[in-house]
Amino acid sequence: MSTLRASVNVTPATGRPFLLYESDRASRALETLGAWILGVLWILPLLYAFWAAFHSSADSTHFTLSAPWTLANFVHAWHAAPFARYFLNTVMLVTMVLGAQLVLVTLAAYAFARFEFRGRGVAFALVLVQLMVMPDVLIVENYRTMTALGIKDTILSIGLPYMASAFGIFLLRQTFKTVPRELDEAARVEGCGPLATLWKVYVPLARPTYLAYALVSVSYHWNNFLWPLIITNSVESRPVTVGLQVFSATDQGLDWSIISAATLLSTGPLLIAFLLFQKQFVQSFMRAGIR
Amino acid sequence: MRESGSVRRSRGADPVIAWLLLLPAVALLALFTHYPAVANLVHSFYSTPRANHPSTFIGLDNYRNLVEDPVFWKALVNNLWYAFGTIPVSIALALLMAVWVNGRVKGRGFLRLAYFTPTILPMIAVANIWLFFYTPEYGLLEQSLGWFGLAGHNWLGSRDTALPAVMVVAIWKEAGFFMIFYLAALQSMSPQLAEAAAIEGASRFYFFRRVTFPLLMPTTLFVLVNAVINAFRMVDHIVVMTRGGPDNATELLLYYIYEIGFRFFDSGYAAALTMVLLAILAAAALLQFGFLERRTHYQ
Repeated sequence: MSTLRASVNVTPATGRPFLLYESDRASRALETLGAWILGVLWILPLLYAFWAAFHSSADSTHFTLSAPWTLANFVHAWHAAPFARYFLNTVMLVTMVLGAQLVLVTLAAYAFARFEFRGRGVAFALVLVQLMVMPDVLIVENYRTMTALGIKDTILSIGLPYMASAFGIFLLRQTFKTVPRELDEAARVEGCGPLATLWKVYVPLARPTYLAYALVSVSYHWNNFLWPLIITNSVESRPVTVGLQVFSATDQGLDWSIISAATLLSTGPLLIAFLLFQKQFVQSFMRAGIR
Repeated sequence: MRESGSVRRSRGADPVIAWLLLLPAVALLALFTHYPAVANLVHSFYSTPRANHPSTFIGLDNYRNLVEDPVFWKALVNNLWYAFGTIPVSIALALLMAVWVNGRVKGRGFLRLAYFTPTILPMIAVANIWLFFYTPEYGLLEQSLGWFGLAGHNWLGSRDTALPAVMVVAIWKEAGFFMIFYLAALQSMSPQLAEAAAIEGASRFYFFRRVTFPLLMPTTLFVLVNAVINAFRMVDHIVVMTRGGPDNATELLLYYIYEIGFRFFDSGYAAALTMVLLAILAAAALLQFGFLERRTHYQ
C-alpha cells in the first residue's frame, strides 16, 4: 500500500499532482460511476426512440434482442405526411433567418462597437431589451401585426420577428471591439469606406464568432415550435416541428413505432450534423456563452 | 486605448453613417419587440373585438377577470413550482456534469455527447419520446418499475405526478445546455490554482467548495437568469404531453396565454395575461442588471 501511495505522490512538475489521497482515489471511482449512470440515463430516451422506430409496433415495447429490425415505420411516416415539404420549409426558414440575421447583426454591431454618436447608450439598452422580452412571449401582438401586414401563414412571418437579434448584436459587438483600431485606420488610409472596412477587416477576423452564432441560430430556429404553430396553417409554410406535431396528434393514434420514426426523421438532419461536428457545436455554444 | 483623435473623428464621428448601419436592425426590433410590448399594454385595457362588438375601452376589466380566474392562479402557481423545481436541479446537475466532463473521467467524449444531445434536439420531438416513456403499461418507465413491482401509475394522467413528470423533461433538456457555460468557465480557469491547492494538501472536494465554486459564481448567476427566463418560456412539451391537464395540473403561464389567445380567441384577456409574464421577465432583467453586471470584476 505504501508503495502505491509513494508512486502517486508525485511533484506538481510532472503534471499529476492530484492523486494525493487514497480517499481521492475512491471518490474518483465513485464519480466515474456517477458520471456514467447519469450519461446512460441522459441518452436512454433517445435509445428508446431508436429501438421503437426500427421495430414493428408489436416489438417496440418488448426488449427482445432477437426482434427483427425494420425500416417500415420510416417508410410509413414519410408517406403519411408531407415531410419532404416540411423539411424544405424548415431549411428555407433557417436559411432566411440566418442570412438576414448575419447582415443586420453585422451592421448594427459595427455601429455600436466603433462609432460614437448621441444616443448610443440608450439605443444599445433598447436593443438588449429583446434578451428578456423575446418574440416567443409576444405571440398575441405579433400575430396581430402579421395579420395587419397580410403575411400570416408564410415562412417570412415565422422568421421576421427573430431577424434583428439582440443576442447576435451583443455577441458580435464584443468581438468587433477586440479588433485593433490600427487595422481599421490602415484600411481607411488605403481608401476604404466604412462598409469596405467592415467587410475586409472586421468580418474576416470575427469568423469564429460567426460560426458560433450560426450554429446556435440554426439549432434554435430548427427547433422553434410555438410561434410557428400559431402563425402557420398550411403544408406550404409549416416547419418540420409543427408538421411533426400535426402528424402525431391526428391520425396515428398510439402507434408509437411510427411516431418514434417520425420523431427521429424530423430530428435526423440536425442530429447527424451534430454528431459529425460535435466539437464545433460544443465549442460554438461555449463561445456564445462567454460574453 | 488612446489613439489619435483624427481617426476617431474621421470614422467614428459620423452619426449619420452609424444610424444608417443601425436602421434595419432597429426598425425590426421596434416593430417586433418594442411596439408589441407597448401595444400589448394598451390592448390589455380593451375588450376583445367580436363579430358585432368592436373593441372598446374597458379599463381594468381584463385584470379583474384575471384576479378572479382560478385557472390563471393555478397556472401562475404551477409555473412558480415549475421554476423552483427545475432551476436548482438543472443547475446543480449542469455543474456536476461540467466538473466531470472537464476532469479526467473515463469516456469523457461519450459523456459530453450524452449530456449535451438533448439540448440540440427540438423540445417538441423529445416530448414525443418522453410521452412514450411515460405511457401507462407499455412505457419504459412503467415496465422498469414493473420489475420492482411498483407499476400501475399513469404519470401524465394523474394530478399529483403530471407536473413533476414534465419538470423532469425540462431538467433533462436544460442541464446539458447549462453545462456548456460551466464548462467554458472551468476551461478558462488557471490550472495553477488546482496545482497550488494540491501542494497545500487540499482535498478535491475542499478545493471545489472553496475555490472553484466561488470562482464560478458569475457563471452561476448568468445561468440562473437564463434558467428563470426558460422556466417561463419553455412550454413546447406541454402542447405534446398534457395540454395543460389533467385538471389544469400542468397549466403554465405561456401555455395558458396560447390557449386563451389562440384556442379561445380572447385576445384582450390574453394581453392582460401577457403583461403578467412581461412583469416576471422584467424582474429577471432587474436581477441581471443588479447582480450580473458585476461579473466583469471577477475576470
